[in-house]
Amino acid sequence: MTKMKGSEIIMECLRKEGVEYIFGYPGGANLPMYDELHKYPDIKHILARHEQGAAHAGDAYARVSGKAGVVWATSGPGATNLVTGIANAWMDSVPLVCITGQVVSWLLGRDGFQEADITGITIPIVKQNWLVLDVEDIAPTIAEAFHVATTGRPGPVLVDIPRDVQQQLCEFEYPDNVELAGYQPTVQGHPQQVKKAAKLIAESERPLILAGHGVVISRAADELKELAEKADIPVITTLLGIGGFPGSHELYQGMPGMHGMYWNNIGIQEADLLIAIGMRFDDRVTGSLKDFAPKAKIIHIDIDPAEIGKNVPAMIPIVGDVKAVLQQLIPHVVPARHDDWKHWFREMRQKHPSIAIPDTDKVLPQYVIKKIYELSGPDAYYATGVGQHQMWAAQYFWGDNPYSFVTSGGLGTMGFEVPAAIGVQIARPNDTVWSFCGDGGFQMTMEELALCTEYELPIKFAIINNHFLGMVRQWQDKFYAGNLSSVRMFQPDFVKIAEAMGITGIRVTDKSMVESSIEAALRHPGAVLIDFHVEHVEDCYPMMPPGVSLSDTIDQPPVKNLLEAIR
Amino acid sequence: MSGRLHTIVALVENRPGVLNKIASKWRQRGFNIESLTVGHSEIPGLSRMTFTVDGQAHDIEQVTKQLFKVIEVVKISDVTEQETVARELALIKIATTKETRSAVIEVVDIFRAKIVDVAADSVVVEATGTEDKVDAIIAMLTPFGLKELVRTGRVAMTRGAVQTVGAPSRNGQERHYKSAGEGKPKVGSLI
Repeated sequence: MTKMKGSEIIMECLRKEGVEYIFGYPGGANLPMYDELHKYPDIKHILARHEQGAAHAGDAYARVSGKAGVVWATSGPGATNLVTGIANAWMDSVPLVCITGQVVSWLLGRDGFQEADITGITIPIVKQNWLVLDVEDIAPTIAEAFHVATTGRPGPVLVDIPRDVQQQLCEFEYPDNVELAGYQPTVQGHPQQVKKAAKLIAESERPLILAGHGVVISRAADELKELAEKADIPVITTLLGIGGFPGSHELYQGMPGMHGMYWNNIGIQEADLLIAIGMRFDDRVTGSLKDFAPKAKIIHIDIDPAEIGKNVPAMIPIVGDVKAVLQQLIPHVVPARHDDWKHWFREMRQKHPSIAIPDTDKVLPQYVIKKIYELSGPDAYYATGVGQHQMWAAQYFWGDNPYSFVTSGGLGTMGFEVPAAIGVQIARPNDTVWSFCGDGGFQMTMEELALCTEYELPIKFAIINNHFLGMVRQWQDKFYAGNLSSVRMFQPDFVKIAEAMGITGIRVTDKSMVESSIEAALRHPGAVLIDFHVEHVEDCYPMMPPGVSLSDTIDQPPVKNLLEAIR
Repeated sequence: MSGRLHTIVALVENRPGVLNKIASKWRQRGFNIESLTVGHSEIPGLSRMTFTVDGQAHDIEQVTKQLFKVIEVVKISDVTEQETVARELALIKIATTKETRSAVIEVVDIFRAKIVDVAADSVVVEATGTEDKVDAIIAMLTPFGLKELVRTGRVAMTRGAVQTVGAPSRNGQERHYKSAGEGKPKVGSLI
């Protein structure tokens, strides 16, 4: 067998793993890797404009494609720029394989130029990381990296390889399978637990399914639908579970939690059984834990045993892959009807129309988002940033296309929207992709717009521009006596920025322009940015103030005349 | 952190960074590790760690579950409620004079400790036992003039046939996490 350079071995490993795209940025310590790229035309490199953008794009690509996202960065600042992106993937359980160049091995620990201890830095935000000090270890390590990232509860991993190791020679041999004594995720649920769960479901009168990201990750939307229909159980999806159940389905109730539907928050409090599927009882979902779901028994299905009992004690925990467990569970479930319970939801929804949009001539942000959903057809994909626009985007998403809503949930990373949309468009080159942007978040990562021109990505960007850091403004208004501090900012001309980046820009300042601009963007074959100048002060409701019970969710804003003065 | 001292035993792969990863999980939740020992186990390539941490059972259980997720952690068990043999070793340097030396030796004998080094003005005492016993001998020797002290921290092993944290299974079926409170508390003779 001929010997190969470490850098070539890295490429061979990626080829073995079926990698199609690398999101990355070159630098001194990963030059040998970049030197190999031209020999591998099937593996396309997407050059980000900042390593954080590469990580977010890889993250979103992974969520939509179901494959691991591969991210490259150089040592030092290149690697540290990945940190936010890695943390984001960690919080949302996204398989991301980061390969970083490192300073030559004899300079390790000596503060060499562009040295950062990236394996040390990333310990709390990766599933596993490795510093590879021998070329012989490259192939087994990368095989292990893909295995760990994509199996069990997925998550980011990082492989740090000093430049000299990339240049050493050895024979290439890729392991057929990876066996790790300390890592053997449970896939199948315990059969006794599954039977007990089915029994509990049969006994309940007000069962409620809380579906989370696990449904999306394990591609279990069909199984979830089958379970819900068989036992006639209303379904709520968490922020990251959105898309895991068809929005048009009569059993679907939308999102619960801090900005969830009022009827869902009350519904959780009224349910006698919660079937939590691939979700982790985040504080934004539960509110005050001691008051959470007082009448409900809880079945908790999750692949991660550490999630069981972490926030909420479960009567029947089932550790296993959501898809596998649901396939086990469905045959045991007794067909049922819950007409009274469904009627309860229908009544609540009529009495508390949480997301009704007021009839006004103003350009309301909710209206813009709703129109985009209406006009984009059933197959479009959406990436969001973080804040008010994200919550509205979640509230008004009632589509049926599974896995089409990509958002930064756990970490809440502003600036996710631009690079995430790029990752989504690369994974779905023939589908419409919208990026819902906040005017704040957009400015954090707008450098990535250039990729739309470079790689001909026809992404539609919708800046929900209220000239405020809207969610922070809302909190300052509600919880800090209206003391608006550092939430208004000077804004560049976003239309000119779009044009400077080689894409079409449209500014919308009037309600009459909303529909026509969206239609124009959808017709245009290339990327379009629409700067929607929306109502400056519009609060996101329903709202459950932090730390209170779900029962204390406020459905509609109190009548107010606040903040007129500052406009 | 008000609670009780928990003894946690882990079988971990002997690789760089493992200690850092484990310590990081405790640090993230604000725990202070009271003692920590690491050394080779009976299985080549695997080390055994014993650490003691002060805290509420529920909190400890949460961190232990997180530790089990560290890839290099093959097994982990909170043995606080199990019947265990737990020991600590201390080296104690005590100032001596011609007049006090025999009194020091007397204390050492009572505790079945050993004098492992003698100099003109000091002795080094090696004491093994439970933390209580080690505390007691230190208290008895301190009045003579405590010059230097080093303690290993607790090492622990379950009694009898039960494996503290046994060899890794190939099929993964035997891997399970033992939570605090499983098994009955028993008082064993600890000296």
